[in-house]
Amino acid sequence: MADESDAEEAVANGADGDLEQNVGQRFDRLPATPAERTVEGRVSREEVVDYFADRFGIPPETFDDYTFWEKGAGKIWIYAGEAPTPLSIESLGMTCLRTRQEHWKPTTDFVQRVGRHATDCVIELEREQARAFAAGEDQALEWDGDWGYLIAAHELAGGLEPLGIGLYVHGELRSMVPKGRQRDL
Amino acid sequence: MEPLERYRPIIDDFEAFLEACRRPLGNAVRINTIAASVERTLEVLDSEDVAYEQADWNPRVLRLETDSPGSTWTSFHGMTHGQEEVSAVPPVVLDPQPGERVWDACAAPGGKATQLAALMDDRGTVVANDSNLGRISALRFNAERLGATSLAVTNRDARNYSMKPFSFDAFDRALVDAPCSCEGTIRKNPDALDDWSEGYVDSVSGIQKGILRRAIQTTREGGTVVYSTCTFAPEENEAVVQHALDEADCRVVDVEVGLEHSPGLTEWGDEEFDASLEDAIRIYPHQNDTGGFFVAKLEVTA
Ligand SMILES: C[S@@+](CC[C@H](N)C(=O)[O-])C[C@H]1O[C@@H](n2cnc3c(N)ncnc32)[C@H](O)[C@@H]1O
Repeated sequence: MADESDAEEAVANGADGDLEQNVGQRFDRLPATPAERTVEGRVSREEVVDYFADRFGIPPETFDDYTFWEKGAGKIWIYAGEAPTPLSIESLGMTCLRTRQEHWKPTTDFVQRVGRHATDCVIELEREQARAFAAGEDQALEWDGDWGYLIAAHELAGGLEPLGIGLYVHGELRSMVPKGRQRDL
Repeated sequence: MEPLERYRPIIDDFEAFLEACRRPLGNAVRINTIAASVERTLEVLDSEDVAYEQADWNPRVLRLETDSPGSTWTSFHGMTHGQEEVSAVPPVVLDPQPGERVWDACAAPGGKATQLAALMDDRGTVVANDSNLGRISALRFNAERLGATSLAVTNRDARNYSMKPFSFDAFDRALVDAPCSCEGTIRKNPDALDDWSEGYVDSVSGIQKGILRRAIQTTREGGTVVYSTCTFAPEENEAVVQHALDEADCRVVDVEVGLEHSPGLTEWGDEEFDASLEDAIRIYPHQNDTGGFFVAKLEVTA
């Protein structure tokens, strides 16, 4: 999915007398709660943590030692280190979630990092299906759960390992593994 | 191999050295303990019938018996990362601890920066810097692939690095894995010596001195700085450390690592170096069947 430019973002958000506009080129720490928001359209830490708990069953404590940041329109980063806000550098921790769109979308790398804590919306794949998923292919699959973004996982040496993010719609699981991460295994 | 002739006087068993330099290198990977424990990773490799040999000196380093270490499930899941065996030495020597503030002055493409994060259990701050924007994208890609959440990436010239962007004013430790003439990578890149010249060695040693000096300045008193290169040229190794001893507040301390190695030099041509440079290490390709490396460990004294 392409980054929206800041100009488009400003137009999309419309004018708001009280809130500042997002500055796309730097890192800003997320406010703790929606009530503390000072920037138009910016999500709060609470909403991010709740999203991972509500959708995937990832316990909120998982994120106790981390901070969340926005850089770029709606791109959320998770970071374990020390940093002041705002901060203009190349990157801070890793991208974990795309907000400012109707359906929030976790990143594949982040799902590989924390997906073992997930209990909901995890679709388990057989070996051949896992191969197709890792190669970036879409596939027809049965699934009784929610539609939308799912964590795809498969069994390796007796343990379930998260593969990445898939989009489930109309009986099809679409692999969201980015091009550079796709592999023929 | 021509440029290596100048090392005949300083390398024991020079013929074995040359012979090793001519042999291609096997595939080594490092286990990324951010993603999975050593035990779990070995379990997965076993169950997938990927043969490996664990390095004696470091259980997290494996020699894989496959032609495509990047096309294994452990690699896809970020459990393993292709990294030359000797290239895993400098972070181990730096020995960063969870929660510390660590600077990797020349970090791209990030093999060592992500190793530092893993050694710190991905807790603390690893500022991974590189002056080359093109290489920063590879660094970011690797950081995300390996799930290193403690990494902050900057794109600056390390020689006049500013601490201003951060909320602290000194690092606990710093790694200077300097740009160099790369003689020690000849087994991986057979053309590594094609552009070799004394002029290049001299100009890059100026950059190395500038970066090492800045690393010592930005590290707190009592902190540790590790200087490493993948080259044999004393102008880029002992002479650079000697320059730091002359110009900055630091001393050389002993490097302990369970790999066969030779001591740092105390003289080269008509130059003499401080006796403490014997505590630095030179790893030659024939000693452990790896690439070549130089590693010196410094303690910051003011
Ligand atoms: C040997 S490589 C580093 C490899 C890296 N430590 C790793 O393990 O993946 C040296 C790096 O130094 C960078 N470099 C060269 N001059 C620099 C400078 N003045 N400041 C910061 N980085 C520099 C180069 O772009 C190059 O990426």
